[in-house]
Amino acid sequence: MSAPTYDLGKLHGGLRLQAHKQMSTAEPIRQVPVPAQLILPITQHAGDPAQPVVDIGEHVLKGQLIAKCEDALGAPVHASSSGKVIAIEPWPVSRRYGEDAPCIVIECDGEDTAIESDEDFAAYDTLSSEALLNRILQGGIVGLGGAVFPTAQKLMQANTCDIEFLILNGVECEPYISCDDVLMREHGRQVIGGAQILMHALSIDACYIAVESDKPIAIRNLAEVLGEVDDPRIVIKQVPTIYPSGGEDQLVQLVTNREVPSGGLPGDVACLVQNVGTAAAIHHWMVDHEPLISRITTVTGDGIATPMNVEARLGTTVENIVKFAGGYTENADQLIIGGPMTGKSVTSDRVPLVKATNCILVMSQTAPAKPEMPCIRCGDCAAVCPVQLLPQQLFWYTCADDEKKMRSHGLIDCIECGCCDLICPSHIPLTANFRTAKARIREQADEKARAERARHRFEARNDRLERSQQQRDEELARQKATARRAGPDAIAEILRRKQDKTDED
Amino acid sequence: MEFARREAPYLAPRVDVSSMMLQVLVALIPAALAHVWYFGPGFLFNLIVASIFCVGSEALMMKARGRNPQIALADYSALVTAALLAFALPSLTPWWVTATGALFAVIVAKHLYGGIGFNIFNPAMAGYVVILVAYPMEMNLWVAPRMGDIDYINLTVLQTIVYTLSGTLPDALSFDAISRATPLDAMQSGLRTMRTYTEIRTNPMMGDFGGRGWEWIGNFFAIGGFWLLVKKIIRWQIPMGVFAGLLLPAGLMFIVDQSTNASPGFYLFSGATILCAFFIATDPVSAATSPKGRFVYGVGIGLLIYLIRKWGSYADGVAFAVLIMNMATPAIDYITRPHIVGHKNAVHPR
Repeated sequence: MSAPTYDLGKLHGGLRLQAHKQMSTAEPIRQVPVPAQLILPITQHAGDPAQPVVDIGEHVLKGQLIAKCEDALGAPVHASSSGKVIAIEPWPVSRRYGEDAPCIVIECDGEDTAIESDEDFAAYDTLSSEALLNRILQGGIVGLGGAVFPTAQKLMQANTCDIEFLILNGVECEPYISCDDVLMREHGRQVIGGAQILMHALSIDACYIAVESDKPIAIRNLAEVLGEVDDPRIVIKQVPTIYPSGGEDQLVQLVTNREVPSGGLPGDVACLVQNVGTAAAIHHWMVDHEPLISRITTVTGDGIATPMNVEARLGTTVENIVKFAGGYTENADQLIIGGPMTGKSVTSDRVPLVKATNCILVMSQTAPAKPEMPCIRCGDCAAVCPVQLLPQQLFWYTCADDEKKMRSHGLIDCIECGCCDLICPSHIPLTANFRTAKARIREQADEKARAERARHRFEARNDRLERSQQQRDEELARQKATARRAGPDAIAEILRRKQDKTDED
Repeated sequence: MEFARREAPYLAPRVDVSSMMLQVLVALIPAALAHVWYFGPGFLFNLIVASIFCVGSEALMMKARGRNPQIALADYSALVTAALLAFALPSLTPWWVTATGALFAVIVAKHLYGGIGFNIFNPAMAGYVVILVAYPMEMNLWVAPRMGDIDYINLTVLQTIVYTLSGTLPDALSFDAISRATPLDAMQSGLRTMRTYTEIRTNPMMGDFGGRGWEWIGNFFAIGGFWLLVKKIIRWQIPMGVFAGLLLPAGLMFIVDQSTNASPGFYLFSGATILCAFFIATDPVSAATSPKGRFVYGVGIGLLIYLIRKWGSYADGVAFAVLIMNMATPAIDYITRPHIVGHKNAVHPR
């Protein structure tokens, strides 16, 4: 049994937050029954939307492909249970504020019949890296930590770099969320198995599983499984319980003491980070041959009657899951998909559980928000910023809309972790401010690019017109010259030919 | 069910400006008591006058600027300004002198620049400098500190009130009888009239390090300052910078020539050094804001205090040092930006 080892690197700043995790980890993971209706958005990943391959009225089986994507820039969607496709229509989703997204609606038949695959499933270690990546793509696997980046694509990118370490992210630093914790407690074997498959895909021999120090049970269980599996390539690393140690770049820094370059990827410093849930999903797909059709999610917060971790089919509405967890308490006030630091505030519980949904957090009304006061430049925000920005200066420049200064003060490097907001004595919503400023800069850049493109088009058109005019002129001059050389008879001949042509028309 | 929509993060902020300012005020209490013990109750009356004018003018300025005065008053920053100003004043100061300083601090140095957060200069120091220049005689009348063994004439509470309100002393007393040159004054003029450091120090007024009374008030400022450090209301860079900037040159000069230079201990414990290091220079609004920048800013203040005390025409120089470094703040902040994570060996330079 390998003992957990400690971190090498150090994170700048960060916050020790009240975890609120015990409220949802007391009981084991519970299965939410298959609902009467499943709502499956065709975009549950970062990238191009998948294309529906089923028709309305068609009967589908559990695990059947219902939306496919052409290449690794997306992830296919599978039916989470058997039933009839009754609609393909816009539905509220948690990924975009106030906007509906196209979803495939399945009316379940309650049989939950799984599709029988005619494919032969070769063991993962007999597959080439490319074939394995293709398999992972077919399973609809995406990053389950919340970013839902298609895993196959991430692995493909990583394979273009010289990767040394696979880092499995079991840090889960945001308060309230405990789905990775319980996964590691109960499904350690899948996590470790996933790590082995990922190492094979990357052709590397080193994997760190990083877990926050406040998850001793998970660490113990992983260590036990690791002892049974006896794989010396995998090492468990305990990282300090400090938010946001679970951010991808922050974790690389903690585990390897390497800084991911600005605008770069962990691959630039020879690392690849995958969430433990993703590893387990890969294992489930490669070994048990079930694509990504369900996930573990934490239903918690003081707005939930009995907080717990559940495993539910993708497409189950939040409303259904909350009902399973005893419903709302009477002071439930806001619904957040994700954690309390970076999650998305959602106005309706009709949104479905998707691949990204690691937490359904319902909080009660807290004390009324204190009024925003002027920044007094106390610098507490700079002290907690994990990327060592000076939010107080950045705030000043966002107010002045000074793009050059915003860039030179690292606006683009802001990871929007929200630490500065919590520590700000003037209660300035810094993160929201930076988010808007980033969007504004992006918009301006897009606009500029658009204008540039339009200018190019316009100039190209002018050039083209000029060129063809020139060609016509030259041709005319050439004909004239020929005619002159040929003398008056030839000219008469040409005129006659032209006349004939006009007559024919 | 429908829910409210908010912006992440959703957790409530942990601290607020009011409680920070309140803690600064609390941290000043030990030194305030010491001040009253050594220099009489005058400090309290100055504090009351300064508070009335600071808070009053803050409310009026907020009204004049079309804002809710309660927002500004709730942060207690006007009271902090008043307290710092009161600490800078001799214990016997007529009310109009204090009022002038308070009004200038809040109206000109603070609100004409846009109120809290936007003022370039430390309001209390700006106010103090104005009265230092406008009322040089009044600002030099420091009474002798309570010393026990040597002559010490204590004004009664009533006499102090009368002086604060009217600027006149009881008939039997003259200023010469109760006022003393401050240790800093005595040291500066002593050294300039070719007396040696050891000679000047024979005056019992000089105390152990920085002068009777003064050094103890300094100790109490330090206690409050350490408490603020522990509570993370202030951070170490500025105080340590001030000490480094002042004590290193003072120490070097003292090693080179012990007769014409005062000891670093004297520089540390006399005048407003410790008050400045923990309470004045640490005003976040007018100080540099990056961690490295704050140290540079502190060193600059310390160095300027040394230069002014050693070669300038003012005995202390804290206020000028702070105001001069206030001007350098934007440049310091720009130059001392910390290294942003991910930019060390940038593969993708912007």
